Amino acid sequence: MIKTFIVGYDSTKPSERALEFATMAAKGRGAAVLVVHVLEWSPYSFLTMEEIAERHKLREKEVIRARAVVDPVCDKLRADGLNVSSEVQYGDPAEILCDLAAKHEGSIIVVGRKGTSNLASRFMGTLGISLIQASPVPVTVVP
Amino acid sequence: MSIFKLGAAIVAALTPALAQAQEGGGIDAAINAAVAPVSNFIVSIIFYSVQIGDVSFPLIVGWLITAATVCSLYFGFIQFRGVKHSVDLVRGRYADPNDAGEVSHFQALTTALSATVGLGNIAGVAVAVSIGGPGATFWMILAGLLGMASKFTECTLGVKFRRENADGTISGGPMYYLSRGFADLGKPGLGRALAAIFSVCCIGGAIGGGNMFQANQAAQQIANVTGGDASFFADKGWLIGLVLAVVVGMVIIGGLKSIAHVTEKIVPFMAAIYVGAGLVIIIANSDKIGWAFGQIVSGAFTGEGVAGGILGALIQGFKRAAFSNEAGIGSAAIAHSAVRTKEPVTEGFVALLEPFIDTVVICTMTALVIVVSGTLDTGLTGVELTSAAFATAFPWFPVVLAVAVVLFAFSTMISWSYYGLKATTYLFGENKTVENIYKLFFCICVVIGASMSLGPVIDFSDSMIFAMAIPNVIGLYMLMPVVKRELAQYQAKLASGEIKRHH
Repeated sequence: MIKTFIVGYDSTKPSERALEFATMAAKGRGAAVLVVHVLEWSPYSFLTMEEIAERHKLREKEVIRARAVVDPVCDKLRADGLNVSSEVQYGDPAEILCDLAAKHEGSIIVVGRKGTSNLASRFMGTLGISLIQASPVPVTVVP
Repeated sequence: MSIFKLGAAIVAALTPALAQAQEGGGIDAAINAAVAPVSNFIVSIIFYSVQIGDVSFPLIVGWLITAATVCSLYFGFIQFRGVKHSVDLVRGRYADPNDAGEVSHFQALTTALSATVGLGNIAGVAVAVSIGGPGATFWMILAGLLGMASKFTECTLGVKFRRENADGTISGGPMYYLSRGFADLGKPGLGRALAAIFSVCCIGGAIGGGNMFQANQAAQQIANVTGGDASFFADKGWLIGLVLAVVVGMVIIGGLKSIAHVTEKIVPFMAAIYVGAGLVIIIANSDKIGWAFGQIVSGAFTGEGVAGGILGALIQGFKRAAFSNEAGIGSAAIAHSAVRTKEPVTEGFVALLEPFIDTVVICTMTALVIVVSGTLDTGLTGVELTSAAFATAFPWFPVVLAVAVVLFAFSTMISWSYYGLKATTYLFGENKTVENIYKLFFCICVVIGASMSLGPVIDFSDSMIFAMAIPNVIGLYMLMPVVKRELAQYQAKLASGEIKRHH
């Protein structure tokens, strides 16, 4: 039985579709929804000295901005009677979704995809593809 | 400020010099004549030397090496005991996942390294071995190893006494640990005086070693690869300087970070090519490696063929090591203090890797390539010598080196412009007008540096960077016990498991 739907959400159209699908599926099952917003970040990228000095300030702003995206959506779903929680984290989206999946027993990951089918995006490797290769739980990619 | 305005401002500022040059011979010569007397005067003060036999020993070099030795002894050779922990920190083994999105230890290390790895490793080493012989390399390595301890001390202090601004940014570095640390010791007046001296010298160092020396060597290398004396650029250092100044201005005044990012992405790549090519040359001459090390060790203790003998070799080695890795100078403390960490000592641990990578690995490799290639007797010096040494194996290498030198020069200039800026804001407060005047002046100095012949530039840049060591090292001596307490607390937390590995 699926207990938690972990949804990658960043307010883009594909992620809206993913969330819509997850909420629909969760409602029927009485499962919880975990809305995850990832701020892409690599501890190995190069920063100039000025960026180092401003990093903490910028990080606080980024988290506030991300919360402003995620929180209203969660509140709306809660009003519909769903059990919703959310996470805003820094890092690689695939890694973070997999880590969270490992922590939530009986979870499944739901992400959207852009819907492009051109050759370039197949080779570039999308979030969906990385998740399918690395996820410890089933993955649903919503077109 | 738009880029056009910036370019116009730089040209306008230089117009008197340009006009004067049209009457006399050459713009370069005019700028040279104007700056050399000032530079000579400053050099004579900072490099006050004592005569030992027939060589003069600059006291400032002894000052730095003493500080490095004292730090090494006081912290029980932390540079060897703590190196494994340093590597673990850089690899993110102790990084709290909840702190993701903050500056990582790896980022702090690479940013600080981008300020030190550069011309010192390419041109500076060549100057050292051409004057001090192969033996200078030995003393350079020794100074690099000892310098790891002074770097550890200053960067820990940089974090410990940094100031958090109201807007969430952080200001730190020797000017803050001198003023705040000495206030804790009950000597606020002395602290403020030393901090002010440091700031003035830091601005000078940013203009000198962090700017004019870089621009000079970049211009020289461009002239060399485009045909030497016959090159269009041979007597047009000012033109190369002008182009560099506009690009630097676009980044530091115009805020075009994308340019900085592009260069910073290429710089590690160039560094890898440089180290790779060096290794290939050394391996290709593997039959001479034993001989080369023999030369380095015997040269260090006999000083054969070197003006001033052993002491001559030693001075050159120590000087270049200090100029290259900046341990005891205090500059890296400015960069590291901006990193958000709960434990100041962690930045010290990370920073102690810098002199090792910079001096013990990269500088030594340059020296080895020069020695095994047999180009040491050609009478060349500076970047030309390194270029000739690499060209013995790869005839096309001078072009790659020219690109590398320009990029290294550029990234070092950007980093040092920040050090100078922090010193300026410490002295004058956060003030946009003052900041812009500083930045504009910094750009003008790029042009001046590119125009001068090597002698006055290298002396001036050495002197200003070394001058920073005077107040900074006094600070290190006085505040060492603070670092020792921090270290003890940190080690206790590690032992008790309060600070644990996350990965």
